[in-house]
Amino acid sequence: MAASGIIFILYVLAHMYGNLKAFSGHDAYNEYAHHLRTIGQPMLPHGNLLWLMRIGLIVALVVHVYSAAALWRRARSARSTQYVMKKNLASSFSSRWMRWGGVTILLFLVWHLANFTIGKVNIQGGETNDPYNLLVDTFEVWWMTLIYLAAMFALGMHLHHGTWSAAQTLGLTNNAKSRRNAKTLGWILAVLVAGGFSLVPIFVLAGVIN
Amino acid sequence: MKVTLKIWRQPDAQTKGAMHTYDLDGVSSDMSFLEMLDVLNEDLIAKGEDPVAFDSDCREGICGMCGLMINGQAHGPEVTTTCQLHMRSFKDGDEIVIEPWRADAFPVIKDLVVDRGAFDRMIQAGGFISVNTGSAPEAHSVPVPRDDAIRAFNVATCIGCGACVAACPNGSASLFMGAKITHLGELPQGQPERDSRVVGMVSQHDAEGFGGCTNIGECTAACPKEIPLDVISQLNRDLQTALRHGH
Ligand code: HEM
Ligand code: SF4
Ligand code: FES
Repeated sequence: MAASGIIFILYVLAHMYGNLKAFSGHDAYNEYAHHLRTIGQPMLPHGNLLWLMRIGLIVALVVHVYSAAALWRRARSARSTQYVMKKNLASSFSSRWMRWGGVTILLFLVWHLANFTIGKVNIQGGETNDPYNLLVDTFEVWWMTLIYLAAMFALGMHLHHGTWSAAQTLGLTNNAKSRRNAKTLGWILAVLVAGGFSLVPIFVLAGVIN
Repeated sequence: MKVTLKIWRQPDAQTKGAMHTYDLDGVSSDMSFLEMLDVLNEDLIAKGEDPVAFDSDCREGICGMCGLMINGQAHGPEVTTTCQLHMRSFKDGDEIVIEPWRADAFPVIKDLVVDRGAFDRMIQAGGFISVNTGSAPEAHSVPVPRDDAIRAFNVATCIGCGACVAACPNGSASLFMGAKITHLGELPQGQPERDSRVVGMVSQHDAEGFGGCTNIGECTAACPKEIPLDVISQLNRDLQTALRHGH
């Protein structure tokens, strides 16, 4: 859970940072998208690094979802009779939302890949082989931006608890100070990643990126 | 004062239980929570009904025998054991919901009494140190660094009550397990069995049907001894070390 989660954290950080290229305009963004496929050439054939990353991410996803399902199943059988009354006192909302939040992210992932990678659906009916135009056409539609913002909220919550939880799972938080630091890092990553990803859709909708 | 009690009644492990409502008058705010239940039981016995079964022993907050889910909180609204909770924490006219610890690894024996034998089996699987019997060794012959001793003592206060399991949304016993592993692992006497201890306890924990920890933190808030979450990190660290050593 922790190892696959950290792979995702590194990936979303890089992905978020890359997306910000949209602020540099049409040509710079498309060049970046193209460059992703040519990194490592001629050592690696066209698109290979991208595929190595994709394989890594798919493996991480399978491990992550499998472990999540196992934890979910164990939790359910560990308490088959529910309390009539149960209060949650100390836990964050994000910690209690890891499972449904994870499912939300998974559904979003399917949508997102259909939108930009596998399906390349341009809901405005425009061209799909120009990454920058596809991006702008997508987020000019207000409900598309809304879906993405909601997903980023779920991702931010997942990162808020996931970061600290991973540190704890890896045995890095053996005292009060390191526990505080891990929780702070969770906040920082949540705001940085969810906020950073949200900038592009918001600025497209606002007409700044066009 | 007067309170309305909603209590889980279940005649035995096999029979299905249900919540029953009792009105109790003449409760003093100086009574302990268990004394309040004693009064209820005297009433029930006088009426020829079956008294409510619940666990207690020392009634001093040191043995870990008592433990009730009170209004959705393990050991009730204060950071203490059920036996050290007093009726001054409630108001006249309050409705109080009382349930047993809910975990499949802690099956209900009767009413509010659960079988916490799973904790004993976890201790047997590694929560001990081996020493030679006979004359006690000279205490000063094994120096313990002060910080280690303090950490070990702080977590050795765990009384094995099970509130952490009861409060955990995953039904995990990681706080209890982490307390034992940190307590013994901080001391020189705990080193020879350090690897086998964590592996043994974790496998027994899983075999008993406790859930997996997702670091939610309800356990430490419910713990009457305020065992901190870092014992779970320590548990994970020790487990990694043991696995690296080929366990
Ligand atoms: C694809 C859908 C996903 C599902 C179904 C999912 C589900 C879960 C669940 C149930 C947990 C539970 C454990 C806990 O509460 O700590 C968890 C932990 C975690 N997740 Fe996800 N998640 C998904 C995607 C992601 C993504 C995209 C990231 C990174 C940005 C991520 C990072 C983490 C981290 C770091 C942890 C903590 C690991 C630990 O406790 O050791 N997850 N996930
Ligand atoms: S860790 Fe705290 S709540 Fe859990 S068994 Fe020990 S004393 Fe009770
Ligand atoms: S009866 Fe001993 S701790 Fe409550």
